[in-house]
Amino acid sequence: MSDRSLLEIDNVQTSFRVGDSYYAAVDGVSLNVERNEVLAIVGESGSGKSALAFSIMGLHNSHKTKIEGSIRLNGKDVNHLSTSELNKVRGKDMGMIFQEPLTALNPLKTIKDQITEALDLHTNFSAKQQNERALHLLNEVGIPRADKVMNQYPHELSGGMRQRVVIAIAISCDPSLLIADEPTTALDATIQSQILDLLNELKEEKDSGIILITHDLGVVAEMADRVAVMYAGQVVELADVMSLFKQPKHPYTRSLLSSVPSTQDEKDMLHVIQGVVPSLPKMPRTGCRFKARIPWMADDTHEENPELREVADGHYVRCTCYKHFYFPEEEAEKDVAAHRE
Amino acid sequence: MSLLTVNNLKVHYPIRGGILRRKIDVVRAVDGITMELERGETYGLVGESGSGKSTSGRAIIGLESPTAGEVTFEGQKLNQLKRQDRREYYKDIQMVFQDPYSSLNPKKRVNDIIAEPIRNFEKRTKDDERRRIQELLELVGLSPESMHKYPHEFSGGQKQRLGVARALALQPKLIIADEPVSALDVSVQAQVLNFMKEIQRELDLTYIFISHDLGVVRHMCNRIGIMYNGRFVEEGSAEDVYDNPQHIYTKRLVAAIPDIDPANRKHQTDFRREVKKEYDNKKAEFFDEHGGVFDLKQVSSTHYAALP
Ligand SMILES: Nc1ncnc2c1ncn2[C@@H]1O[C@H](COP(=O)(O)OP(=O)(O)OP(=O)(O)O)[C@@H](O)[C@H]1O
Ligand SMILES: Nc1ncnc2c1ncn2[C@@H]1O[C@H](COP(=O)(O)OP(=O)(O)OP(=O)(O)O)[C@@H](O)[C@H]1O
Ligand code: SF4
Ligand SMILES: [Mg+2]
Ligand SMILES: [Mg+2]
Repeated sequence: MSDRSLLEIDNVQTSFRVGDSYYAAVDGVSLNVERNEVLAIVGESGSGKSALAFSIMGLHNSHKTKIEGSIRLNGKDVNHLSTSELNKVRGKDMGMIFQEPLTALNPLKTIKDQITEALDLHTNFSAKQQNERALHLLNEVGIPRADKVMNQYPHELSGGMRQRVVIAIAISCDPSLLIADEPTTALDATIQSQILDLLNELKEEKDSGIILITHDLGVVAEMADRVAVMYAGQVVELADVMSLFKQPKHPYTRSLLSSVPSTQDEKDMLHVIQGVVPSLPKMPRTGCRFKARIPWMADDTHEENPELREVADGHYVRCTCYKHFYFPEEEAEKDVAAHRE
Repeated sequence: MSLLTVNNLKVHYPIRGGILRRKIDVVRAVDGITMELERGETYGLVGESGSGKSTSGRAIIGLESPTAGEVTFEGQKLNQLKRQDRREYYKDIQMVFQDPYSSLNPKKRVNDIIAEPIRNFEKRTKDDERRRIQELLELVGLSPESMHKYPHEFSGGQKQRLGVARALALQPKLIIADEPVSALDVSVQAQVLNFMKEIQRELDLTYIFISHDLGVVRHMCNRIGIMYNGRFVEEGSAEDVYDNPQHIYTKRLVAAIPDIDPANRKHQTDFRREVKKEYDNKKAEFFDEHGGVFDLKQVSSTHYAALP
């Protein structure tokens, strides 16, 4: 373990009970986060990003969920902690910005009470100090009229205001690891960039690490040091941000990058990956999980069970045949071009 | 005749405080917006978080009673209608809600959630209803066996698609889509957006599309209104708003769009710092002495901005 290392996840498998059996939503994920590093996780909706985040935070319902593998924060195993031990770690050593702000907030408590609750648990602040800190945090996350909002209830706030309250709570005790699950989806671009700046500052100041889960590839391009791409419960590509955007290798990553609507492009229809991700019980557990989505690739080019391999310095891919991969549209265009000549 | 006209719409909320929860203040969530939509167009509503976009949407579908102003749909003023007649109109206006989590009843299975509007407004046999639900699920890229699941068994993006499926169930004329794709990966997002365009063409649908993703808005919308503090600061075509923003708020918003090329990081940071400086310097010129937004003035045949 290097002394910069903050979080080490090794071969984590998170399974949900469906009927009488367990199905893995996170299927053998190994990742690490260093101090002062932003690791972005992107990937298909339903690929297990939030399930992984909840596993790290110890937030899954233990009667319906099984978590195997090792999760170590600052060298300490956090996967097998009791609830009281977890409560000490959560908020202070690791904090989370939840994807669904409404489920993370108590509908019956004012915003002020929800922020001071966390402070109560992890600091020795007096009531007055807690109040000041709460107000300060709301201002930091850019909530206008923060003094009024302190007395409001979650349902009285707009989507983006709720999201910012959740951010304020997550950063209230300066956690060394911050997991941000879609932290800015409900925010306008101006406030989004303000929040990202704020997270960056905190990271540098406290030498903390951030796991940034997002579908917004622009945010990834501007924030991340490294990027992990998930598909069907597995990491299919892992690389530094520049390599990932400039030399994406996995067919899924390449498809994603070509689906982004741009502010310049005038295309009427956007690129779509064929088919859907199978539901957990129907997920093929052998063979390449992406195969069904790229039917035009000849069968014999796929490896049976591709592993995550390092193909360039720090660049990992779970696909052996990426060198032969092409999009049918590209082929068609080439044909047309050849025909013209 | 326009499909929908919104005339000087206002929605104000009381703020309560103290132990007695007395009214101590008021939030002017929507403070005088006017818009007109033609059949078949897509109107983008973007702007500051908390500026009143969702509230406007809710007021248009009748979930919020306006403090002032009126909403006219197919020539009929909605707030003057009797309850009974209103029902018919509201069948034609549906909304995809911003928070899929709060709008999906956690105790109901997906088939009941999607069937609800169908049962309320249409008479279908059980078989027919099931077929329709499966069709709708397929349209939004969910497997037919999702029918028997509960909302908590879905990921964030999957829930959002349920909301879209439900809004489509009755084939409405106007859909107010409040952040319909914000929780989706770009590929599923592309699928939903393509699909929204296709059915728009087929059914001559009209959309109000609320989103913070300015790339998506540009892709989808003919006309865009930018909201700030309950008012419009600018309205125009995509080119007007993105390439030639007139209001300082719009300018800053457009400058904040994340760049998909990580090599531009430094350049973007510097550019934004400059625009922020300009914003701070010039802000006073663009708002009245109380910080209020001016009325819209015409800039070109398609372009309006709230200038002094
Ligand atoms: N409590 C649960 N019980 C059963 N299945 C679940 C549960 N929570 C999630 N799942 C399933 O596990 C898979 C992974 O879900 P997860 O929420 O981690 O996806 P995600 O990558 O965060 O997606 P999104 O980008 O849409 O938020 C999905 O197929 C989802 O339907
Ligand atoms: N029930 C309510 N009671 C009091 N205030 C409310 C209520 N609902 C909304 N507001 C206030 O009205 C304003 C506008 O909220 P609205 O949800 O319309 O914003 P929005 O533009 O949709 O923002 P976002 O982009 O964050 O979703 C906010 O200041 C919010 O706090
Ligand atoms: S191994 Fe084959 S099927 Fe799998 S991702 Fe690579 S090209 Fe696709
Ligand atoms: Mg998620
Ligand atoms: Mg809203």
